[in-house]
Amino acid sequence: MTIDQPRRWERFFWPVLVCALLLALWHYCVIWTATRIFPSPLDVERGLAELLRQNVLWADIGDSLRRVAIGFGAAVLLGVPLGLMFGWYPAANQVVNPAMQIIRPISPIAWIPVAIIFFGVGDNAAIFLIFLGAFFPIVVSCTDGVSNVPSISRRAGRNFGLSPFHVLAKVVFPAALPQIIVGLRIALGIAWLVVVAAEMIAVDSGLGYLIIDSRNSGKRYDLVVAAMLLIGVIGLALDLAFRRLEKVKSVRWGFRDES
Amino acid sequence: MVFSRLYFCLRGLLGPDSVKTAKTLQSRAFSLLVWVRPIAFIGVLLAIWQIAVSRHPVHLLPGPLEVVGGIADLARRGLLLKYVIASLFRVTWGFALAVVLAIPLGLTIGWFRRAEMAFNPIVQILRPISPLAWIPIAILWFGVGDLAAIFLIFMGCFLPLLLTAINAVQSVPAVYINAGRNFGLGPLDLVYRVLYPAVIPQLIVGLRITLGIAWLVVVAAEMIAVSSGLGFLIVDARNAGNRYDLVVAGMVLIGLIGLLLDMGIRSLERVKSFRWSYSED
Amino acid sequence: MSVMETFVTPVALKTKLCAEHVSMVFHRDGKTTEVLNDINLEVGDGEFLCLLGPSGCGKSTLLSAMAGFLTLTGGHIRIDGEVVRGPDPRRIFVFQERGVFPWLTVDGNIGFGLFKLPRRERERRIAHYVKMVGLQGFEKTYPPELSGGMKQRLEVARALAVNPDMLFLDEPFGALDSITRLIMRGELLRIWEAERKTIIFVTHDIDEAVQLADRVVVMSARPASVQQIVTIDIPHPRDISSPRYLELRDGIFKQIGLAHRI
Repeated sequence: MTIDQPRRWERFFWPVLVCALLLALWHYCVIWTATRIFPSPLDVERGLAELLRQNVLWADIGDSLRRVAIGFGAAVLLGVPLGLMFGWYPAANQVVNPAMQIIRPISPIAWIPVAIIFFGVGDNAAIFLIFLGAFFPIVVSCTDGVSNVPSISRRAGRNFGLSPFHVLAKVVFPAALPQIIVGLRIALGIAWLVVVAAEMIAVDSGLGYLIIDSRNSGKRYDLVVAAMLLIGVIGLALDLAFRRLEKVKSVRWGFRDES
Repeated sequence: MVFSRLYFCLRGLLGPDSVKTAKTLQSRAFSLLVWVRPIAFIGVLLAIWQIAVSRHPVHLLPGPLEVVGGIADLARRGLLLKYVIASLFRVTWGFALAVVLAIPLGLTIGWFRRAEMAFNPIVQILRPISPLAWIPIAILWFGVGDLAAIFLIFMGCFLPLLLTAINAVQSVPAVYINAGRNFGLGPLDLVYRVLYPAVIPQLIVGLRITLGIAWLVVVAAEMIAVSSGLGFLIVDARNAGNRYDLVVAGMVLIGLIGLLLDMGIRSLERVKSFRWSYSED
Repeated sequence: MSVMETFVTPVALKTKLCAEHVSMVFHRDGKTTEVLNDINLEVGDGEFLCLLGPSGCGKSTLLSAMAGFLTLTGGHIRIDGEVVRGPDPRRIFVFQERGVFPWLTVDGNIGFGLFKLPRRERERRIAHYVKMVGLQGFEKTYPPELSGGMKQRLEVARALAVNPDMLFLDEPFGALDSITRLIMRGELLRIWEAERKTIIFVTHDIDEAVQLADRVVVMSARPASVQQIVTIDIPHPRDISSPRYLELRDGIFKQIGLAHRI
C-alpha cells in the first residue's frame, strides 16, 4: 500500500477548491447571521475596487513600502557587519548576547513612547520601529551563518595563504550567504508586520493607518478586510521576490539539498 | 592574552611546580570571566545611559536609577504583580488555544500531500498580515477587553504553529514510517509510537519561537485594546502624566519576562528523551 | 562448530520468494524512468541471496518492492505463494543504521515490534537478542551515543526479535569502516547459521557478495535485469584466499566488465 503521487492538475485543483469552499462558507455565514456590519466576500471585492480607484491607496502602499525599505535597509547596513563580526569573534558575541536577549523580547510597539521622544510623531518613529524589528533577526542569522561555516573551509582559506580579512570576505562570507539571505527574508517579513502595526498607532498614512481609519471614520469593515488582504498579498509578493533572489545561481549551492 | 603572558611570567619566576597551580588558576579565572564579561557589558551600557541622562536634565527620558524607582513604585501600588499576571494570563490562553488547534491540524495537513497543496495558498496570504491588523475585527467580535487580546494572540500564534507542525511532519525521515509499518503497526499506533516522538524536538523549538511571538503580540495588543497588563502600563503611564520612568520600567519588565519564558522552554528541550534530535549532529 | 553444507541447486529447496516478470517504471515530473526490466528470480527457503550491482542500478528498488514498500508497475512478487501487497512483520527490512529510532533506548528499539507479547516474554526476548548481537551493557543507551557498527547491530537485533521468516538488508554495512564491515559480515553469518532465515542482501561490493551469499545475482546497470546468477559452492567458513573463492570472484569481475588489475 503506497500513497500515490498527486497529479499535476491537482496542484491547482485542491487549493482552488478549498478557497472556493471557504469563501462560500464566509458568504453564507454573513447571510445567516444577518450581520449588518461584517462584510461578505462580495462587499470586500467592491471595497477593494473602490480603493483601487482612489489614488489614496497607492500613496498608502507607497508609504508603507518606503518605510519598510528605509528601516529594513538600515537594519541590514548595521546588522550584517555586526552579525558577521559576532560570528567571527565568538567572544564578542558571548559578551553582547545576554544584553541582546533582554532587549529582544520587547515588542517594537512597546518602543513607541521612547521612539516618539527621540523622533517625534511621524515617519521617523515608524522607521525606527521597523529597524528594531528587523535588526535582531539579521544579527542572529549572520552570526549563526558565520559560526556554521565548517572550520575546514576556514583552514582551506588559510592554507592558500589568504589573510584573515580575505578569509572572511572570500571564504566565510560566501559560505554563510545562504543562511544570511534566509535570515534577511525572515527579517523582511517581520519588518512588514511591524510597519503595519506601527502605522496603526503612530502615523497617519500607510496600509495600517488605512485599516484603523476605515473603521474609525464610518465602520467601513469592507475596506478593513480589503486592506488586510492587500497587506497579505503584498507581504507575500515581497517574500516571493526574496526567494527569487535565493535562486540566483551563486547563492543556490546552499539550497541544493532542498527539493 | 593577558592571562597567557601572566602565566609565562609566573612559570618563569616560580619554577615548574607552579605550572600546575597557575594552569588551574588560569582556567578557573577564565570560567569566571565568561560570566563576568557580559554582566560587565550590561553594566557599562547602564552607566553610559545614566551619564547621558544626567547630562541632559531637561530630557524626558529617565535614567536607569529612575527606572528602578519606577518598578519599586509599581510594586508598592500593587500594580506590578497585577499587570504581569494579566499579561501572562492572556498569553497563556491565546497560546494554549493556538497549540491545541494548530498542532493536530498541522500534523494532519503535513501528512497528506494533497492537504498541504490545498491549504498552502491561504496560509501564505494570511501569514504576512500582522496580528494587530485584526484589531478592528477583534473588537467588533469581542468588544474591548481580555477576549479581544486573547484572540489577537491566538491569531499571531496559529499560523506559525501550523507551519511548524507541517514542517515537522514532512521532515520525519521516511525510514521511520516504513520501519513502523514493517513491524505491523496500524495507522493509530504508527501516529502514536513513531510520528509523535519523531516530531517532538522540532515542535518544541517551534513552540519556543511562537511563545516569543505571543509575548510580542500581547504587549502590542494591550497597548490598544485593553486596560491592564504591561502593554497598557506603557501607554497609560505616558498618557496620564508623562511617567516615562514607568514606561521604561514596563519595557524592562517586558524584556526580562520574555527572556524568562524563553529560558523556560529551552529547559524543556533538555529533557533527555526529547534531546535525541539535538545530539545527532 | 561444524562445516555447513551449502546448497548446490536452489531447486532442492522449497521456494520462498518468486519474482515473475517484475518491472518498475517511475513517473516523476513528466519524466519516465524504467528502473527494473523483466526480472525473474526464485529464492529458496533459508537461502542467503545477494543482489549485486553498481550504484543506482535498481537493486534497492527491487528489494523495496519485495518487502512491499513499493507497488510494481509490471509483474508480481509472491512470497509463500501469496502476492506481496504491503509490508509485513514476517519480512523485516533492515535499513542502514539510520533506521533505528533515536528516541528509544536499545531495549526500547529491540522490543519495538514485540507489542503483542506479554511483558515477561518480551523482556526475555530482548535480553536474548541483546546478547546475540553483543550489545550487553548498553541496554539503556540511546542510539546517538552508539557507534555506527553498534547501531547496525541494534537494527539487526530489532529485526530478529520479531522472528521473521525473511530479512531484507539494503547495503547495511555501507556506512561502516572496512574493518568493522569484515567483523559485521562474520556476525551476520553467525546469526544466519543460528536462525536460518531467508536473507536477501543488496550490495555493490563484490567481495562482500562472494563472502556471504549462497548465490549472487549479478544485475546490470539501469534498467536493471538479471545478468547472471553465480552459485557460490564454497562451504562456510570461507577462505578468502582460496583459489575457488578467487576464481568465483574474478568471474564476477569479468562479468561486470571490470579489470582485476589496478
